[in-house]
Amino acid sequence: MDLYEYQAKELFAAHGVPVLPGRTVETADDAAAAAAELGTAVVVKAQVKTGGRGKAGGVKLAENADEAKEKAGAILGMDIKGHTVHRVLVTTASDIAEEYYFSFLLDRSNRTFLAMCSAEGGMEIEQLAVERPDALARIPVDAIAGVDKAKADEIVAAGKIPAAVAEEAAQVIVKLWETFVSEDATLVEVNPLVRDPQDKVIALDGKVTLDENADFRHPDHAGLVDERTENALEAKAKAKGLNYVKLDDGQVGIIGNGAGLVMSTLDVVAYAGEKHGGVKPANFLDIGGGASAQVMADGLDVILGDPDVKSVFVNVFGGITACDAVATGIVEALKILGDAATKPLVVRLDGNNVIEGRRILDEANHPLVTQVDTMDNAADKAAQLAAAGA
Amino acid sequence: MSIFLNENSKVIVQGITGGEGTKHATKMLAAGTNIVGGVNARKAGTTVTIGGKDLTVFGTVEEAIKETGADVSVVFVPPKFAKDAVIEAIDAEIPLAVVITEGIPVHDSAYFWAHAVAKGNKTRIIGPNCPGIISPGKSNAGIIPADIAGPGKIGLVSKSGTLTYQMMYELREIGFSTAIGIGGDPVIGTTHIDALEAFEADPETAAIVMIGEIGGDAEERAAAFIQANVSKPVVGYVAGFTAPEGKTMGHAGAIVSGSAGTAQAKKEALEAAGVKVGKTPSETAALMREIIAGL
Repeated sequence: MDLYEYQAKELFAAHGVPVLPGRTVETADDAAAAAAELGTAVVVKAQVKTGGRGKAGGVKLAENADEAKEKAGAILGMDIKGHTVHRVLVTTASDIAEEYYFSFLLDRSNRTFLAMCSAEGGMEIEQLAVERPDALARIPVDAIAGVDKAKADEIVAAGKIPAAVAEEAAQVIVKLWETFVSEDATLVEVNPLVRDPQDKVIALDGKVTLDENADFRHPDHAGLVDERTENALEAKAKAKGLNYVKLDDGQVGIIGNGAGLVMSTLDVVAYAGEKHGGVKPANFLDIGGGASAQVMADGLDVILGDPDVKSVFVNVFGGITACDAVATGIVEALKILGDAATKPLVVRLDGNNVIEGRRILDEANHPLVTQVDTMDNAADKAAQLAAAGA
Repeated sequence: MSIFLNENSKVIVQGITGGEGTKHATKMLAAGTNIVGGVNARKAGTTVTIGGKDLTVFGTVEEAIKETGADVSVVFVPPKFAKDAVIEAIDAEIPLAVVITEGIPVHDSAYFWAHAVAKGNKTRIIGPNCPGIISPGKSNAGIIPADIAGPGKIGLVSKSGTLTYQMMYELREIGFSTAIGIGGDPVIGTTHIDALEAFEADPETAAIVMIGEIGGDAEERAAAFIQANVSKPVVGYVAGFTAPEGKTMGHAGAIVSGSAGTAQAKKEALEAAGVKVGKTPSETAALMREIIAGL
């Protein structure tokens, strides 16, 4: 889960990482009040989970409360790369002497963590990495040893952070490591990490990604989910415990078992769609192992509730999952949904108990269900039906 | 031969008394796996009867090895306790630990991987979040259904469980030396490269199917390895061409960030290394059948 800047900074503050005082508000009037309360010039910052806010006009300086109101009014409701701005962070404007870059992240290739540090912060880090790779230090961090003060000193030196603030930067880095580990983050990024004219080191921005697999030891993380900006269908699927992702511009609803097979199904449907007017998959939905009738009903309910969907492709390879259970699930789901089910279903079953599974669907003989015995032919049929229904 | 797992493997199950552990121990036994015991510290000294076989539950992996000579552990321990279970297996220096558990926090996986490295990699870890490994007709350590395909000369390595099953099914008339699901998590113990290296050295494996998916650069690295080190024919498949950037598709590792890790980039890297890459599982299987026919 990606956090908003204000959420990231709240975590930073809780772990002793210096941040500037600020308040998050949802109206222009509250922005004025926040600026008045801070009593300084402020920066009004759009809270969206995407980069390039500054370039898009989502970050503005305001000298006083009136200006803060005006700037917040302009930023709230703005669309930044497809993200609507619902709230702004009003924070003390800081004098900046220098801007640095710092992050901790997972290094998949080396199966360890990585610290990245540069004295040249502020700009897009991907750009820095390409244009001036020597300016971006990459220091592996052992998952067991972690980052103590000595390791932080090594990182700061490698990143060529000036000596005058090296000590303080190292202390901040130790606290960022504490944040990274104790919050189960897979990314903690500060860009820029700034040096102010008094040589204080402050996290001026913050980007944090949390590992949802670790939610069991972080009950407080549930409070960080922003339901308002979640896609309505995704929110509904999540409430039912389904692993669902809505895709743009698709017409074929997809249900399958196993992440890899479902991803593959999306591809096969997209290829088949090329022959049927360019129809595409409308979603990713992995019902996982042991799909019960209820899981199938929940899945079909979410997919049939998507107005973009014109046909549905159920693609199951029974490994642990038995095809007869899946078939029963489909039949039961269609009973539960009754008249709410209106779109054609193409079902491909293979593997564990497939003969019984196909027999159950044959016997039910539901007018919306077509069985096709290979993945490629089923994808073609589903794409054809979607094109016909579009 | 086969890789990592054979007819002589003696298998224990960590978490044998749990629902998943019991269910799959039953299936593994039915597939001919030589299961010699289980581990659960709270039920040490008891006996469980699975598939008509009495199995001793040991308090620790170390004790199980001492008493039974076990050399493979299959881990079904829930995510909360998985880190400790794997560390225990590493400390006991069991040669192979197959971690089936899904949903282990990545900080825990990174920690046990670092621990394995610090201990000199005496334990090969497969997974986590994987279906395990099967050498058909010999042994099955994990949850891959044993009846999909029998023994044969194809080696298969895949990030995805169900695509492993799908591909085994497509190529069931040829059969497999070993099929291994390495798991879709960001940190895994056995990589495509490890499996490719072992298949290259395995006289029973004539050709290799490699299945990848979006995210990370494991397939690109595997491509470089194939070019330099693999003489046997390799056929590839990559899932996730239509997956959008920035969305997690079920596997924690299957997320595309920026331009790196796309299916297209992986396909191109593999093709540049001389690997024939299928657009779909069925096309990939057809490519493999052609290769086998020409051997």
